[in-house]
Amino acid sequence: MIDEDFVRSLLSGREYLTVLHQKDCLTLACEPGSLVELCTHLRDEETFDLLVDVTAIDHGNDADVRFSVVLHLYSLIHKNYLRVHVDCSDNNTPVVPSVSSVFPAANWHERETFDMFGIQFSDHPNLKRILMWDDYPYYPLRKEFPLAGIDVPLPAADVSEVTGADVEPAPMMGGPFVSAGGGRMSETEPRAKDESWTEDMEKPI
Amino acid sequence: MVSNEVGYNSKVEGEVIVTRADAVVNWIRKHSVWPMPMGLACCAIELMASAASRYDISRFGMEVMRFSPRQSDCMIVAGTVTYKMAEVVRRIYDQMGDPKWVVAMGACASTGGMYRSYAVMQGVDNVVPVDVYVSGCPPRPEALLDAMMKLQDKIGKEPAVRNLSKTPETASLS
Repeated sequence: MIDEDFVRSLLSGREYLTVLHQKDCLTLACEPGSLVELCTHLRDEETFDLLVDVTAIDHGNDADVRFSVVLHLYSLIHKNYLRVHVDCSDNNTPVVPSVSSVFPAANWHERETFDMFGIQFSDHPNLKRILMWDDYPYYPLRKEFPLAGIDVPLPAADVSEVTGADVEPAPMMGGPFVSAGGGRMSETEPRAKDESWTEDMEKPI
Repeated sequence: MVSNEVGYNSKVEGEVIVTRADAVVNWIRKHSVWPMPMGLACCAIELMASAASRYDISRFGMEVMRFSPRQSDCMIVAGTVTYKMAEVVRRIYDQMGDPKWVVAMGACASTGGMYRSYAVMQGVDNVVPVDVYVSGCPPRPEALLDAMMKLQDKIGKEPAVRNLSKTPETASLS
């Protein structure tokens, strides 16, 4: 059972943990240095043996702590989730210890998080990009990265040479395309928010 | 016996049809298209349905899908082409022997479709020359069959021999 006793016993003797009050499931904030120890304990002693997801949050350029890594664990015994937040202390080169030694499933999840947010996972066995190509110079899910993308060369220079193709920002035509929500589906189909401009016709000032 | 006949002897030769070389070569080509199924997303499921018994692409002589570019002459790009995959699409196209054709199946392969994104190439015609575009997301098998019939028409109208001398330069997009 995940109740107050469970939380109290988990917190006792672990000063690096604090409880974040979130409505859906028990959420703990953990210091980066103790993450591996915490995960090992949760897996071996508390039956949280299923790592569901590893991802990260970009709180924005101005935030004091810009990046936090989020782990979701599931216990097949408790039939409940547990979330672990780890704040990255350095905003420019965020580093968090890898938990792939505890949960092998974390390997690819951490590579994806590194690919999208540029968060380094120390002691990761194979920390390289998993979705974008190796030479891609940006981290696409960071706040400052535009959805349409940034002009860079194609990963294959010879293909680019023959075809003249390269990576270009996608045409947004007043987008992003979002649903207004509510009402009948025929009236709330995803549309560009501001249809008064396109790539050919400049945005009115 | 020394024959002095210069012309055609029906007793020796049998029945003969006189025609143009282009017409014969193209007639053979368009009824034995060997598709290269470049299945990249959900369109590939419709492509499989086209090949299965209900829609039966073999009525057009195209049922022999080969997963080797060396053995195929029509690349059906079925699905979303990411920038990372564009290189592979072009390399496989380059490995196919001439003459060869490309069908862009579905909205994603034609224009990027709903993916207005940093990761998706906005149309496979950025890297390979496309002969037929198919609309739909995904297109129904009938739409693909219609496209393949359009491709047959196109093959039928091509100068048959010019294709053989296609060099990488003339096959490029510029």
